[in-house]
Amino acid sequence: MRKTLNLVMALGVTGALVMMSGCALKSTPSDSTGATETTVNEPITLTLLAHDSFTPSEGIFDAFTAATGVKVRVVQGGDAGELVTKAVLTSGNPEGDVLWGVDNTFLSRALEANVFAPYQSKNFSLFDPTATAGIPGNEVTPVDTGDVCINYDIAFYAQRDLTPPLTLRALTSSSYKNQLVVPSPLSSSPGLAFFLATVVEFGEDGWQTYWEQLRANGVLVVDGWTEAYTVEFSGSTGKGDRPLVVSYASSPPAEVLYANPPITEAPTAVASLTCFRQVEYAGVLRGTEHEAQARLLVDYLTDVAFQEDLPLTQFVYPVNINATLPDAFTQYSLRPENPLTLEPNVIAENRAAWLDAWTQIVLR
Amino acid sequence: MTINRSPYRASAPALALLPILTIAIFVIWPLGNIFSRSLSWEVITRLARNSSIRQVLWFSTWQAIASTLITLLVAFPVTYVLARYKFVGKRMLLALVTIPFVLPTVVVGAAFLAILPQSLHRSVAAILIAHTYFNIAVVVRMVGRRWEQISPLIIDAASTLGASPFKIFRTVTLPTLATAVRSASAVIFLLCFTSYGIIRVLGGPSRATLEVEIYSRAVQLGDLSGAAVLSLFQLLILGMAMWWWIHTTRRPNNLARIQMYATVPQTFRQRITVYGISITTAIVIAIPLMMVFVRSISTDSGMSLEAWRLVFGNHVTGLGTRPPLGAFWTSLQFAIATAILAGVVGLAAAGAIAYGSRRIGQLEAIVMLPLATSAVTLGLGLLITFDSGITDLRSSWIMIPIAHSLVALPVVVRTMLPVIRSVPQSIRDASTTLGASPWRMWMTIDRSLIARGWVTSLAFAGAISLGEFGASSFLTRRSSATLPTEIARLLGRPGDLVQSQAYVLSSLLIVFIALSLLAVDGLRPDRVAT
Repeated sequence: MRKTLNLVMALGVTGALVMMSGCALKSTPSDSTGATETTVNEPITLTLLAHDSFTPSEGIFDAFTAATGVKVRVVQGGDAGELVTKAVLTSGNPEGDVLWGVDNTFLSRALEANVFAPYQSKNFSLFDPTATAGIPGNEVTPVDTGDVCINYDIAFYAQRDLTPPLTLRALTSSSYKNQLVVPSPLSSSPGLAFFLATVVEFGEDGWQTYWEQLRANGVLVVDGWTEAYTVEFSGSTGKGDRPLVVSYASSPPAEVLYANPPITEAPTAVASLTCFRQVEYAGVLRGTEHEAQARLLVDYLTDVAFQEDLPLTQFVYPVNINATLPDAFTQYSLRPENPLTLEPNVIAENRAAWLDAWTQIVLR
Repeated sequence: MTINRSPYRASAPALALLPILTIAIFVIWPLGNIFSRSLSWEVITRLARNSSIRQVLWFSTWQAIASTLITLLVAFPVTYVLARYKFVGKRMLLALVTIPFVLPTVVVGAAFLAILPQSLHRSVAAILIAHTYFNIAVVVRMVGRRWEQISPLIIDAASTLGASPFKIFRTVTLPTLATAVRSASAVIFLLCFTSYGIIRVLGGPSRATLEVEIYSRAVQLGDLSGAAVLSLFQLLILGMAMWWWIHTTRRPNNLARIQMYATVPQTFRQRITVYGISITTAIVIAIPLMMVFVRSISTDSGMSLEAWRLVFGNHVTGLGTRPPLGAFWTSLQFAIATAILAGVVGLAAAGAIAYGSRRIGQLEAIVMLPLATSAVTLGLGLLITFDSGITDLRSSWIMIPIAHSLVALPVVVRTMLPVIRSVPQSIRDASTTLGASPWRMWMTIDRSLIARGWVTSLAFAGAISLGEFGASSFLTRRSSATLPTEIARLLGRPGDLVQSQAYVLSSLLIVFIALSLLAVDGLRPDRVAT
């Protein structure tokens, strides 16, 4: 018995060493980007930093490598907030070459810390004009947009012969008492977007009263999108008891695409007048050793091929106006015509004070 | 207390070097960097005057104390049964109660929300229940190990002298267990004080521990100085708690023998107690785990294996075309690397503590430091510390096993300590008489006696790595997803099938963790000792 145990130990240690050296060997070419000088023979590998929701199709960068000879390694870590926090700390000595996924609610913090090396993409003229609004200096390039809106459970209102609330104002009406669940703006990105929608709609002096009314009307605030949408909301997986939730304009097509068993009608819909526009950006990180290649990658991220991959893998809308949307999107998703928007610098200046005030009004 | 000088005493400082260096390089140095960069008196005084910070501090403290006390109470019956009796399914039960301890909060949080009634959502009660659920294993393993060594002869003697069962418990059992109970309480208190995921998911947005507040300042508000000050507060408070704990805890007797006194239940009453308590505990622990499986197959219109088919067929999933099973291999590699790293450093630490002087024994508190440290702050510290030249480890794969090892280290040390201490001095004395050098003595006696325990601790470290989500998700960037991060990603997207796939991966994770824990208990020394 003792012999077998010693054998197990020996095997374990050897196996682990082999595995570790294997990993080390495998990762050597990509890890050495910072240290080695690039020769003609040695292909460059760019590191693309992204948040956890960045899930493009496998092999999407093969075409880029074929065209430029440059390889791409995607490195993910945390949500958009963590991504920006880390980028700010490492400004000038970045962990990668290109960053994907800073959005308009975090952009100003990154710009203040001088995280990016400005670059105007060759695709610039093809961008949806609302997406380029907040970045006059071209520090970053818009890559996708999405809308955060009130989603409602169609069956709930049909059964009761009620009209679902179509505006933010309607949410304070007693017909919708105890029906709304929202993720907290303190910890959730759609939660923050919804809060900003109320600031735009009711003004810097009006949103406080509005949230007092929402609270009186029984709004439920939960930590994140997952608890709100998949647990408390009645129109999706969790079959909770609240028919109104803050989610994305692209949530109804997702309900259809991932239904089990398959369905043809979306069980949920979007109140289009309640939408806040989120824009995500990518940018060349200041301090990269491969600025020229990094710029090529930013162009590739905004090319039609890459942009058309976005809707079904990440449920966001392309910024390149030449990209066509998949049928499921055009059929079940509603693209609000005049979403609420707010300049990144206004958000950055007021964010902390607004959230402090919001906490006092809603959570205390 | 028995005075005994270990023959290996001279090597203790050298052994201590490895764990001390590890903690210094990967915890203290990065923390020092982040503190020196962002601390200022102005911020400290601003936060000290902030009443909501005082509230957060108070909540962190009292909920941690309450969670610790409730866990001790709830875990007591099952600890007793597992320590004192042999019965069918004992090893399974031991593995089962340990599963929650290593499961990621992202899995259990969702299952708890599904089970708990609406009225308990976002309540303190939900937090306390979940903390208890996670930490029963700490009591079972740490207190149980001591309990099973109390000789029935002592109890028989007391009973012959006319002591009632209650009196025996109070005057014999409890004092013997005191040290183990204190150690277990210290670990649970640390884990609950720094609790993050459970507080956010089950406590709702109006409740925050210091750790939650630190995260929200650093990440959501970009107030890095505030976050640094609060993590310093946290470190000071928990540091004082650990100091107090170390200085009021007697060092256990190094001569404790590996003698287990578990017996087969004899009387009808004993059988009722043993099986009643085991079955009840098993059911309570298993319900949330079963819920995870049920959610992987349930749909609006009955059962469906569609999500399982998708995961195993590597078809289009909720994450584009990424094959979800790839995460399994990544997790497994990290688990093995973690087991080796934590196993080696932990063995050195446990050896130094067991063989060394009382001063070196304080290492026991030092290896707990990663548990008392704010994961976000440490993560940001690592980021600005290992950022240039050959020490640019920021996006290297090795950072993940290192982070996991820091979390697993206290557990490995605590698993190894009693094993190392229980090597009988008499055998060593005999070998000294025969003229063996300390090195030869260690290789022939200690090594073979602790090998089993060491493999156990490796399996434990591997299981911790498999389920680790909290700390490492801030500690490092990753170029390949682990099972827990993939689950979190799937849970964050709409669509029934996407959600079901998250539960499929969660079920798989539970199975893998259960298997590695069964390996842990299959190798426990009680089979040789009896």
